[in-house]
Amino acid sequence: MDYINIFVKSIFVENMIFAYFLGMCSYLAVSKTVKTGVGLGAAVIFVLAITVPLNFLLENYVLKSGAMTWMGPEFADVDLSFLSFIMFIAVIASIVQMVEMVVEKFAPALYGALGIFLPLIAVNCSILGGSLFMQERQYSSIGEATVFALGSGVGWFLAIVAIAAIREKIRYSNVPAPLRGLGITFIITGLMGIAFMSFMGIEL
Amino acid sequence: MSETAEAKVKEPLFSKKNKKLLTDPLNDDNPITIQVLGICSALAITVQVKQAFVMSVSVLAVMIFSNLIVSLIRNLIPSRVRIIVQLVIVAALVILVDQILKAFVYDVSKQLSVFVGLIITNCIIMGRLEAFALANKPFPSILDAIGNAAGYAWILIVVAIFREFFGSGKLWGFQIIPQSFYEFGYFNNGLMILPPMALITVGIIIWVQRSRNTKLIESN
Repeated sequence: MDYINIFVKSIFVENMIFAYFLGMCSYLAVSKTVKTGVGLGAAVIFVLAITVPLNFLLENYVLKSGAMTWMGPEFADVDLSFLSFIMFIAVIASIVQMVEMVVEKFAPALYGALGIFLPLIAVNCSILGGSLFMQERQYSSIGEATVFALGSGVGWFLAIVAIAAIREKIRYSNVPAPLRGLGITFIITGLMGIAFMSFMGIEL
Repeated sequence: MSETAEAKVKEPLFSKKNKKLLTDPLNDDNPITIQVLGICSALAITVQVKQAFVMSVSVLAVMIFSNLIVSLIRNLIPSRVRIIVQLVIVAALVILVDQILKAFVYDVSKQLSVFVGLIITNCIIMGRLEAFALANKPFPSILDAIGNAAGYAWILIVVAIFREFFGSGKLWGFQIIPQSFYEFGYFNNGLMILPPMALITVGIIIWVQRSRNTKLIESN
């Protein structure tokens, strides 16, 4: 598989939100205005692009069965894959904490913009989902894993910006009262998902 | 002082307050339709009732134990690192659940794929830990966990029933719509199996719930 194929596929065909519903909670909660949507989307791209390659290394050099052969032949049949959940989430939580501190120190303006979203990202399903899909699909190199992470992040970004724009406009229309807010957002997301399904089967 | 005084008055096991913890999340404070927690997994695994049921039971187990453990050690956790502590507790429980599923219901565990792992970041668990278990005693925390997991489960199972019935004419894997219907030209609605229909089904559930319970309507 070449990089462009993975990239396009992870943005459109296997879009984190429309195909797998990952990160729906923050997607629904933070999409009230385009501005906050852009902030959270950018943070997701950033964190995904860091954590997925890191977890790829962890998976291939520590966790996978036989992955520790580099330490010596006696480790050849060690299989730590049952630890992958806890290792992945530990990496994600600590990276998020670190990114938060670095951004706070060196880019206070960006920190002000991302502020509350950064800690939220540690529990955003799309981040852990990215790592778990990386593990399940067994990408062959770190390059592929990084491209996949970037693509998924961009796909998530697109989705949240699009829904935020629609929600800003829908305020002016006459939605049935019980559907207002959450209900109509669900239905719009469903319709957008159907639209995104037209990308299915695209190969580059 | 008031706290110790309160503790001395022994609360009955199922006082009104505790019962409310159990019943509120079923309707007025439903984790999915009102608190908007735990949507990700709710939508992805509702193609079949069986998957939805296994997922609900897993979430129930993880929630009860994580709420209990966090509530027991709530005074020992420094608040700066609490997210990591909670994640580690939840992750350890999810690993247990994953291994049990793999051992006893391997085919379902295969279908759930990454979504078992994603229970870790299921906002419903973190959300209840943050909002409830960190500030309450163990017993109310367990009740809160059961209530919220049940509220989560019923939405999941209702969505799954709709999707499996209309999408493949089955419930729990058994054929419900008889073969003769198909011979007369009945078709399964293939759209129901596709992911977007889960969203629309939940949207409709929210619609029905809020038109029956008008105080939940949002202002815009």
